[in-house]
Amino acid sequence: MVLDGNEKKLNIDTKVVHGGKCFDPLTGAVSIPIYQSATFRHPGLNQTTGYDYSRLQNPTREEVENTLAYLENGSNAFAFSSGMAAISTVLSLFSPGQHIVVSDDLYGGTYRLFEEIYKKYGIDFTYVDTSKIEEIEASLNENTAAIFIETPSNPTMKVADIKLIADLAKKRNILTIVDNTFLTPLFQRPLDLGADIVVHSATKYLGGHNDTLAGFVVVNDVNLAERLKLIQKSEGAVLSPFDSWLILRGIKTLSVRLLKQQENAIAIAKWLKSNNNVEKVYYVGLPEHEGYEISKKQATGFGAMLSFTVKDEALVEKILERVKLIMFAESLGGVETLITYPIVQTHSAIPKEIRDRIGVNEKLLRLSVGIENAEDIINDLEQAMSF
Amino acid sequence: MKFGSKLIHNGYEIDKTTGALSTPIYQVSTYHQDINVPQEYDYSRSGNPTRKALEETIAILESGKRGFAFASGMAAISSALSIFSSGDHIIVCEDVYGGTYRITTTFFQRFNLEVTFADASNLDNIKNSIKKNTKAIFLETPSNPLLKITDIKGAVKIAKDNGLLVLIDNTFMSPYLQRPLELGCDIVIHSATKFIGGHSDVIAGLVVVKDEALARRVYSVQNGFGAILGPQDSWLLLRGIKTLKVRLDYQQQNAIKLSEWLSKNPNVKKVYYPGLSDHPGREINEGQADGPGAVLSFEAKDDDTAKRFMKNVKLAAVAVSLGGVETIVSYPAKMSHAAFPKHERERLGIKDSLIRVSAGLEDIDDLIEDFARAFEE
Repeated sequence: MVLDGNEKKLNIDTKVVHGGKCFDPLTGAVSIPIYQSATFRHPGLNQTTGYDYSRLQNPTREEVENTLAYLENGSNAFAFSSGMAAISTVLSLFSPGQHIVVSDDLYGGTYRLFEEIYKKYGIDFTYVDTSKIEEIEASLNENTAAIFIETPSNPTMKVADIKLIADLAKKRNILTIVDNTFLTPLFQRPLDLGADIVVHSATKYLGGHNDTLAGFVVVNDVNLAERLKLIQKSEGAVLSPFDSWLILRGIKTLSVRLLKQQENAIAIAKWLKSNNNVEKVYYVGLPEHEGYEISKKQATGFGAMLSFTVKDEALVEKILERVKLIMFAESLGGVETLITYPIVQTHSAIPKEIRDRIGVNEKLLRLSVGIENAEDIINDLEQAMSF
Repeated sequence: MKFGSKLIHNGYEIDKTTGALSTPIYQVSTYHQDINVPQEYDYSRSGNPTRKALEETIAILESGKRGFAFASGMAAISSALSIFSSGDHIIVCEDVYGGTYRITTTFFQRFNLEVTFADASNLDNIKNSIKKNTKAIFLETPSNPLLKITDIKGAVKIAKDNGLLVLIDNTFMSPYLQRPLELGCDIVIHSATKFIGGHSDVIAGLVVVKDEALARRVYSVQNGFGAILGPQDSWLLLRGIKTLKVRLDYQQQNAIKLSEWLSKNPNVKKVYYPGLSDHPGREINEGQADGPGAVLSFEAKDDDTAKRFMKNVKLAAVAVSLGGVETIVSYPAKMSHAAFPKHERERLGIKDSLIRVSAGLEDIDDLIEDFARAFEE
């Protein structure tokens, strides 16, 4: 923002390096200081430096929030202590009796939050295939207040047409909320496509090193921002100064990491397709993928998440035991390649009938592709999958 | 395993107790001990698990026996030079980093360490500087700021023939692009503040040695003198190392494009970059390194143009240091090489019109636009 000035807009890969402020105005430090301070001295009665107490605002958190707003082309961003804290804050915008339409192919934690926590408060949820606009349309009722989508979805990589959904929502005065964790603003900026709220688990690609938990909410509307700010400061699920700084540090390499991860993902998806033990590969970057064209229209990249099913369920355990370089762990988006078994890990909270409908079955494995050498990752898969 | 994978998987990617994918930060000074059982850690100056993870990681990446982490690049250089004794003589390449020049010509003089500076890009100069009490050659290649190339294998041969150690500052290349121990050097030194840390947010130094005997000598200085790296900074370096390859690949690509663009610019008299076809030593560099790196220097057509460029440049930070994600332009005459006397600086070619560029991760179009504007009157 400091750099944009009146000049031509900078490219996104430059923006990620410099962030909102670019450097500390006081000392010139090119790394923003970690303000590990709970409170701030007032210059006098009824006077403030702009910072009073770190739950309300902290200079390091402010910088990471401004950076996210800058990257997502939003007016305001809010940082939270986890991705779920971010989503929960968004849900707090709604009131009992309201209804939200949600992608059925969804992170299990989000499903659990909706069903176990917010349902109790009287909010209703309908889970539909949001890659089909007619399914969304059919599920709307007079109480519908929002559409919550994940695109590409987790774990079967369905692509929802953000602009089409946002247009439909606007006509009915409904908010469009997009979880942009998988693509990040490097590849997809939902606010530009008409969405109202973007949420992130910044634990994933934004942090990028599997070492920080964080979440964000980004909006492009001052009124929404004020409502969110009130919830953030009242509920207090804020991101700490040090973790804010680690996310800022992570964002600086977002472009080089994600481009390399995507390049690796393309190579791995192609290799998996040619493997005899593999039944189906779910990767948005494959031209035969259902969402390939929409994805090319609304995003500048396909990301580095892919899933695949093996022909025989019995192979799953063997593969998970045999992988060496690839680590068997939850989470995604870090520099290391991780393999996940959604049915028992990320999606165990989702009821069987929904899982069956969306294809999260006993044969499905998910890969979060890292920045290692692609050949080494493929060699590891090859040795793990030779039967 | 290829280098890019080794950065992520080197034995320290998983915490053995919890499976955590990030090495724990052992922010601890001392350790509970069972007096009857010897244990690895007793006091963090002597050893700390987070620092050890970093030290072992850099040893693996540099193909060395052991690594040592220090509080700064200069602490690493000073500690490595402290393995020598009063009366020993070392030959140092003449356009060495200004801080190294300063410490060898002042601090170490008080301990009678004799130093001769030689243009190591011509091996005869090294040979001719050898004396009876010569114990080591200290190299930097590519050198700072003129990117002169020293033939590492050639220098190693001279050293071996004369029973000398070869110390090399590998900061500009990092182990990704150049692994001097594989070429026969004995000690590799890094200012890890630069490419290894990579985010302009940590001050740190590393030393890697090729054998156990040297490891004992360096360890005795590290533990005795105590210029060790703290656990938090050790962890930040481990985090930085994970993206070393993706960062440097991109930075190098930007440096190549910038060097080509600068070569054609009428405001520029000369560009120093090992990636340019007319750069002296280009072939030697190609034989010993996997790339030309991401640092280049250029001479503006006159001093005023250089000063105007430094004043107008916006996207790049005007700062000392290099190797970070952001492009940094520096003015060696007043910054990195201010420790050299003016006549010595000019003899070396470090003119007042010289600007050094450390290419960052920005989009190349934005960088070129910024540079073009900075040259405008």
